[in-house]
Amino acid sequence: MKIGVTIFPGSNCDRDALHAVELMGAEPVELWHADPDLRGSDAVIVPGGFSYGDYLRPGAIARFVRVMGVLEEFARDGGPVLGVCNGFQVLCEAHLLPGALLQNTHMRFACDRVRVRVETTETPWTAVCEREEELTLPIAHNEGNYFADPETLARLEDDGRVVLRYLENPNGSANDIAGVCSEGRNVVGVMPHPERVSDPALGSEEGLKILRSVLAGATV
Amino acid sequence: MNIQETYSALGLSDAEYDRILELLGRAPNFLELSLFSVMWSEHCGYKNSRPLLSRFPNEGPRVLQGPGENAGVVEVGDGWALAFKVESHNHPSAVEPYEGAATGVGGIIRDILAMGARPVALLDSLRFGPLDEERNRYLFREVVRGIGGYGNAVGVPTVGGEVEFSEAYSGNPLVNAMCVGLIRTEDLVRSRATGEGNLVVLLGSKTGRDGIHGATFASDELTEESESKRSNVQVGDPFAEKMLIECCLKLLKEDLLVSLQDLGAAGITSSASEMAASGGVGIDIEVDRIPRRESGMEPFEAMISESQERMLAVVEPEDEEKVLALAERYGIGGTVVGRVAGHGDLRVISDGEIAGSVPAEYLADAPVYEREVIRPEYLDEVKRLDLEALPEPDDYNEVLLKMLAHPNLRSRRSIFGQYDHEVGTNTVVRPGADAAVMRIKGTKRGFAMTTDGRGRHCYLDPRGGGAATVAEAYRNLSCAGAEPVAITNCLNFGNPEKLEGYYQLAECIEGMSEACEAFGTPVVSGNVSLYNETARGSIYPTPVVGMVGVFEDVSRHATPAFKREGDAVIIVGEPRNLSLAGSEYLEVVHGKVTGRPPTPDIVTERAYAGLIRSFVERGLIDTAHDVSGGGEVLALAEMAISGGVGFTYDEDELEFLIRHARRPDLSFFGEEGAAFLIAFPEERWDAVQDALGATDSRGVSWVAYDRVGCAGGDRFKIGDLVDLTLSDLREAYEQDLFGIPGEVVGGAEAVG
Repeated sequence: MKIGVTIFPGSNCDRDALHAVELMGAEPVELWHADPDLRGSDAVIVPGGFSYGDYLRPGAIARFVRVMGVLEEFARDGGPVLGVCNGFQVLCEAHLLPGALLQNTHMRFACDRVRVRVETTETPWTAVCEREEELTLPIAHNEGNYFADPETLARLEDDGRVVLRYLENPNGSANDIAGVCSEGRNVVGVMPHPERVSDPALGSEEGLKILRSVLAGATV
Repeated sequence: MNIQETYSALGLSDAEYDRILELLGRAPNFLELSLFSVMWSEHCGYKNSRPLLSRFPNEGPRVLQGPGENAGVVEVGDGWALAFKVESHNHPSAVEPYEGAATGVGGIIRDILAMGARPVALLDSLRFGPLDEERNRYLFREVVRGIGGYGNAVGVPTVGGEVEFSEAYSGNPLVNAMCVGLIRTEDLVRSRATGEGNLVVLLGSKTGRDGIHGATFASDELTEESESKRSNVQVGDPFAEKMLIECCLKLLKEDLLVSLQDLGAAGITSSASEMAASGGVGIDIEVDRIPRRESGMEPFEAMISESQERMLAVVEPEDEEKVLALAERYGIGGTVVGRVAGHGDLRVISDGEIAGSVPAEYLADAPVYEREVIRPEYLDEVKRLDLEALPEPDDYNEVLLKMLAHPNLRSRRSIFGQYDHEVGTNTVVRPGADAAVMRIKGTKRGFAMTTDGRGRHCYLDPRGGGAATVAEAYRNLSCAGAEPVAITNCLNFGNPEKLEGYYQLAECIEGMSEACEAFGTPVVSGNVSLYNETARGSIYPTPVVGMVGVFEDVSRHATPAFKREGDAVIIVGEPRNLSLAGSEYLEVVHGKVTGRPPTPDIVTERAYAGLIRSFVERGLIDTAHDVSGGGEVLALAEMAISGGVGFTYDEDELEFLIRHARRPDLSFFGEEGAAFLIAFPEERWDAVQDALGATDSRGVSWVAYDRVGCAGGDRFKIGDLVDLTLSDLREAYEQDLFGIPGEVVGGAEAVG
């Protein structure tokens, strides 16, 4: 299975994501922002970082680059896409996911480990987790405060589209939301970084559960 | 303005101007004078410190590159090497803390990049005045934001560092940034320019008027007018730096560069003249080709501008197209601005004419000032400490909580929580331990880093303090289980033209050198920041040591946190040479900075640290912490808090300890060298005891140790004197450093 990782100018978790893809047993594929080509990827990760320096707003400029056109098509055709941190912000800006990520309410960058609960296993990126399973995942963001209007929030909750929920809210997110999925459930955005806990050498492999889920989906 | 006013305004003395006349055999024009003024500043030319710096040992079996390049380089093994350096950005941070700190981080990253290494870790050593003053809170908050704002975006994790607060730094904060880069030994790049006719290519951002005369500014005392020099402070763009890093690494991978140099203090002038001088060639810079971000800039401004995120590369003519194409792919500027020439000059060409031309070696050869080292009188006054006159506290619970809560001893979580310390997925031990530990992907190997400074000790006893600073770093790496290899240092001192400042500088260097020799940890890179003085006086002499160590198997490492209920806890080290002189306790609880702290015995330090390291390497222990500021009880409390496991002191041992020291505060909070606390499961007791029975070459057992207690439960108990719950300790220790009463925590103020 080939898993593509988009590289925008200013992405800085791209290499980590590519490494994690290798650790999960898939073939990593670099997707350069200026090339409108997913190079045969079966799934795509939009990694964290500061695409275009977060100028204007996180993710606001990245959504217009050439690789995003083909990615949007891929996503609308049901292809599995995972946005992590800045990748989540990009997917929201591209309207592949609802809502927006605002500045943390305490107005500080937050780098920490947080406990989250897996709220649905019906996405390609949580398929091998247990429902209500608790994971400890790293966060590192300044704009992770999930926001959506009340109707959207209600719809997300009703449709079971909240994917991860914080046990202790680190940034002021509405409904403690740490991750959501698209209506088609194939596009998932999360603020925590599963790729940072995918290597036993660093003491935890909890993130691999999320990344490996997409492999399980592929074999169905 | 007459000529004397002109060169004085540029920071040159009469004697220096005369020397320029003598060297050139003619009067320099304004452009040439500007080149001399920046290159002969203390910041670039080390004119007050060079003779003293030559005292540092620079050689060792693992050293691949010592001082003289952009960074030092040491060998790790398996073909891997580490490039590292620490540098100050004190003066810029004093007037514009966010940008000052941010560009300090950006600058040190480029130093590492210039060696061809990928920057993989940042550490920051910070000093501020006390937090009860608004100005100090502002500087602290903005410096931390600046470090985070730059480091987080550029994608290099900030994995460690230290911060200290003292009146001595009020108005003159210290902001020292260290970067460590990873490289294959065969890929090392030098900055030497070679090959007449080769092209000089400027990579990165456009050039503006920011940072004009920044190096000169950094080489003067801070005054009221320093605020008005705000325009001397450069503005950072981490996004541009990120692209510059990726582009340069790609250019090197494709083997397209002859040499590479960063642009830091004194801009193109410094980079080009250093590249030329070390290569024994000349460089012609066509100054009009330098891409500008503002119009109307004079040639001298373009030459000495300190605009950030730029690198200078020497490229063979046939590679020009490929280099410029790659720069475009990464969205950064790439412009041919000059050529390597046969003459030995740094020659500035404007409008087809020579606007200035100075032999590069003259610029690189700043005058040297050697001064007499005279012991200042204050040392006699501060060395006295009358322990009898010091009242003994009657509530040790209160004293311990007060110490844990003090800004100098409190948890640093509220700082490092603002730094991305995991990007890159190499961080094995996250901030908050004695040292940061990282792995090297694809190998079992790893490395550890620490930065340490002991300003108060250096003030009370410059030579002993210099040695103690190195010893502290050595202990910290040993606790993690890493083999210490080499150091970089940043020498933060006051005015060297004053007797006191020069003495402190000379003596600290002597103490550090002796320790480095005895530990076998040579100095491979460094930076000097003098003139750290304000109207309130000089800072504490504060050499900051950044030490790097290596692991053959990084999975075998230790941290201070207690990890299991029931672990035995023992103290290993020279028995109880305790002292309160110059201690944290004395300052925090009694408000005194006095006494002469014990001079570290480096031979003993080295032996004990090596023993602890061998325990970690053999997998005997995974819990170790050195007894440092705050003494044994504070160290135990830190181990309990970070592990979430309580501790009970052994009754008999406690009785012995107090009887020996005569008073509990001395035994609890007294400081000493070469003492380590380790913890391990009870069933390993025999194996550990065997290992502790180590003997010297004559078969004499030399290791002193005592069992001090047992980890477990949720209380922290030391006989009848201290009895607190872990949550009591945590409440004191984990307070937010930015949440000082009267300030809006996390509110609009924190955004600045």
